[in-house]
Amino acid sequence: MSVAKLRIYRGDAEGGQEVEYDVPIEEGMVVLDAIHFVQANYDGDIAVRWNCKAAKCGSCSAEINGMPKLTCKTRLDTLPLDKPITVHPLKTFPIMKDLVTDVSWNYEVRKKIPPFKYAKDTDWKMQQVDVERSQEFRKCIECYLCQDVCHVLRNHNKKNEFFGPRMMIKIAELEMHPLDIEDRKEMLREAAGVGYCNITKCCTEVCPEEIHITDNAIIPLKERVADTYFDPLQWVMKKIKGS
Amino acid sequence: MEKFETHTHDVIVIGAGGAGLRAAIEASTQGASVGLVCKSLLGKAHTVMAEGGVAAALANVDSKDDWKTHFHDTMHGGKLLNNWRMAQLHAQEAPERVRELEHWGALFDRTKEGNINQRAFGGHTWKRLAHVGDRTGLEMIRTLQDRGIHTGVDVYMECTITHLLKDGDRISGAFGYWRESGRFVLFNAKAIILATGGIGKSYKVTSNSWEYTGDGHALAYEAGADLIDMEFVQFHPTGMVWPPSVKGILVTEAVRGEGGILTNNKGERFMEKYDPERMELSTRDVVARSIYTEVQEGRGSPHGGAFLNISHRGAEYVKKKLPSMYHQFKEFAEIDITKEPMEVFPTTHYVMGGVRVDPETAQSTVNGLFACGEVAGGMHGANRLGGNSLSDLLVFGKRAGTGAAEYANKINNDVKVHDEEINNAVKEMLEPFENTEGENPYTVHQGLQDAMGDFVGVFRTKDKLHEGIEEIHILKERGSQLKIEGSRMYNPGWHLCKDLKSMLIVSEAIARCAHQREESRGAHSRVDFPNYNDEVWGTVNSVISKDSSGDMNLGTSPLPQMPEELKKIVEGGYK
Ligand SMILES: Cc1cc2nc3c(=O)[nH]c(=O)nc-3n(C[C@H](O)[C@H](O)[C@H](O)COP(=O)(O)OP(=O)(O)OC[C@H]3O[C@@H](n4cnc5c(N)ncnc54)[C@H](O)[C@@H]3O)c2cc1C
Ligand code: SF4
Ligand code: SF4
Ligand code: FES
Repeated sequence: MSVAKLRIYRGDAEGGQEVEYDVPIEEGMVVLDAIHFVQANYDGDIAVRWNCKAAKCGSCSAEINGMPKLTCKTRLDTLPLDKPITVHPLKTFPIMKDLVTDVSWNYEVRKKIPPFKYAKDTDWKMQQVDVERSQEFRKCIECYLCQDVCHVLRNHNKKNEFFGPRMMIKIAELEMHPLDIEDRKEMLREAAGVGYCNITKCCTEVCPEEIHITDNAIIPLKERVADTYFDPLQWVMKKIKGS
Repeated sequence: MEKFETHTHDVIVIGAGGAGLRAAIEASTQGASVGLVCKSLLGKAHTVMAEGGVAAALANVDSKDDWKTHFHDTMHGGKLLNNWRMAQLHAQEAPERVRELEHWGALFDRTKEGNINQRAFGGHTWKRLAHVGDRTGLEMIRTLQDRGIHTGVDVYMECTITHLLKDGDRISGAFGYWRESGRFVLFNAKAIILATGGIGKSYKVTSNSWEYTGDGHALAYEAGADLIDMEFVQFHPTGMVWPPSVKGILVTEAVRGEGGILTNNKGERFMEKYDPERMELSTRDVVARSIYTEVQEGRGSPHGGAFLNISHRGAEYVKKKLPSMYHQFKEFAEIDITKEPMEVFPTTHYVMGGVRVDPETAQSTVNGLFACGEVAGGMHGANRLGGNSLSDLLVFGKRAGTGAAEYANKINNDVKVHDEEINNAVKEMLEPFENTEGENPYTVHQGLQDAMGDFVGVFRTKDKLHEGIEEIHILKERGSQLKIEGSRMYNPGWHLCKDLKSMLIVSEAIARCAHQREESRGAHSRVDFPNYNDEVWGTVNSVISKDSSGDMNLGTSPLPQMPEELKKIVEGGYK
């Protein structure tokens, strides 16, 4: 039986190193299966998050051979098996232990986004074509791979200035709800920092749900903000109406 | 003894799936201070995986639908063993609960008229399942999550409850550990709501995640509450079979709801034999047994399943209506379901049995202990209809929230937590580190999964069940002396030591109830008693409880009497 070599990062906030394990390959095996094999047969205390094992819950994110991926969706036979496979925790978030990182920042940020709000006389009729725009963003499984890869957060650690692509999707989902009447434009420009995104599209590339984060969410959000704040005509109208 | 943090709330909800979130929102809205505790990160509970839809008689697509028909279908799906009052409340209140989700921001798929769209599902007379493609649970949990964090619920995530605490005959708190640090934590509470979901991890082939170790069932049992109907474990007819790494992962019933056809290796549409009227959309127990039988009799697919084909609906339609199934097969099995059939076989999916509750308030037989969602029993009887779980979570989540808040409101501040209980809990939890000898929890767990699959599976016999019970006793012995390496920090091996105890309790309950019920009904199929025995077994629920000497007590209790007007609905042909 052929064997894969896994180099899994073992450590915590104090430091750590890669540890190598041999895992017998089964047909269709994914990286998460290999980690489970290690757990059951070598080191029972290896820390990893997972739930659905079907790419639906976004728990099992890690950096496999340096690429942010879902471990439950990454088949061994898609990786070069002549070399060891490295598995590291997400770099953008503080490590807790082994492959588990502290992602609580995302939950904190999310609380700041004003929820859905509807008008009193809403009749709740919506057409499928109109809900589809928002539905795209609602596919998000909160794996935070996009947050992990975004250089604003990853390299510049601007977590106080920029909410990151996942939260741009969240805001877009609410803004593009056909019946939503909340105004999040100021938040987008200020607290959420949409201006920090310089449209590199790295987030879109790693999204396992294939959400067009940049094209369909961030760019339109940028446009909304620009229209409101920088459109001279709107600006004049605002002054006149005093709103 | 080490110091640990303490939190105090009126109501502690254990579990942050649909049921727990809905309960927490309600209790908080009623003015209670609420803590919500869950083993995983918020938003990762099982509910997130639900695919097909939520059942509610909105009558948006089939205008003839109403609560009575939904009630009728649910009772027949459950082979009349359901708690009639729960089934009634569920059918009556589900539409309002679904509309409420929409008001909280959920975006369901629409009809041409602009209303919430509904799809067909097994056992439902009319098109009844509100849905969002095949990711309904995701939409539901996100909506509830948003609502919850903006309603002032305090969330304690990646925290596992291991013990419930009592003051005399009533609940006084819960004890557990933080997964990250392994440090202990105490919650003082006047009322506790269990919303911990199911038990699937006791079986090897399952659609369930690591969380489904029956913790809530075991916690309730240990606290002295009754469990009912534990023999009824739903084997979903369609789990993936190939490759091995995804064996058991769910293929949503929506595939059949959208017109999927089952065939054997001779190309026969075998459901014609087993249920010519409803065919693929027969109830899950029937379809699961049919597939099982086809394979047993040598008419299985190459990897030991049945073929399920949806390609005739056209690539565009399939990708639109079943996008995650399309991706699931493409990525995990390299199969394009718009062109080729899937291979499917039954997988352990859902437990109908659970904590016995009062239908109105969701309170268990222990004062201050409430239960809702999959961990509660009674609602689904001997077999659950697809889509009836998500609606159950909403209806009884809300009721449990109200029940617990009202109960807590009536209690003066004098519920005590007793040191002795805590000391015992600490001692028990630390044992696997202190044992110098003992087994690896992973091997015992595998042993249990094998035993449950072999002896307490889809088809059961007295002898097999007997063997299963013996085997579980041996495993209990092995599970009482476990040894674990490493520290308390995020240590899954250590976590499994306690989870295993829960699974052993639940497994014994399942096996013994199954052994007791000498008939076949719904999800419980006895080869040695292949027929219904309405006179003896059609009138009782199985009941499990812990007796004063600490042993598992097995008995029965009569079904609650259904009022005449509801009997008429059940008996009437509704179409
Ligand atoms: C793949 C799949 C698809 C499904 N599709 C459908 C569908 O289309 N329609 C339908 O109606 N039903 C469906 N079901 C069934 C339905 O999803 C579940 O029954 C339902 O989501 C259970 O919800 P719950 O709130 O009871 O529990 P869950 O959502 O499972 O939540 C349980 C919670 O309890 C917590 N918990 C457990 N033990 C502890 C502990 N000891 N300490 C602290 N927290 C704990 C967990 O962390 C989790 O937060 C599906 C199930 C699966 C697996
Ligand atoms: S496109 Fe914007 S949000 Fe996405 S990775 Fe680049 S900078 Fe970050
Ligand atoms: S947008 Fe995509 S990559 Fe980002 S969290 Fe959601 S699913 Fe993950
Ligand atoms: S385990 Fe759920 S996405 Fe990987």
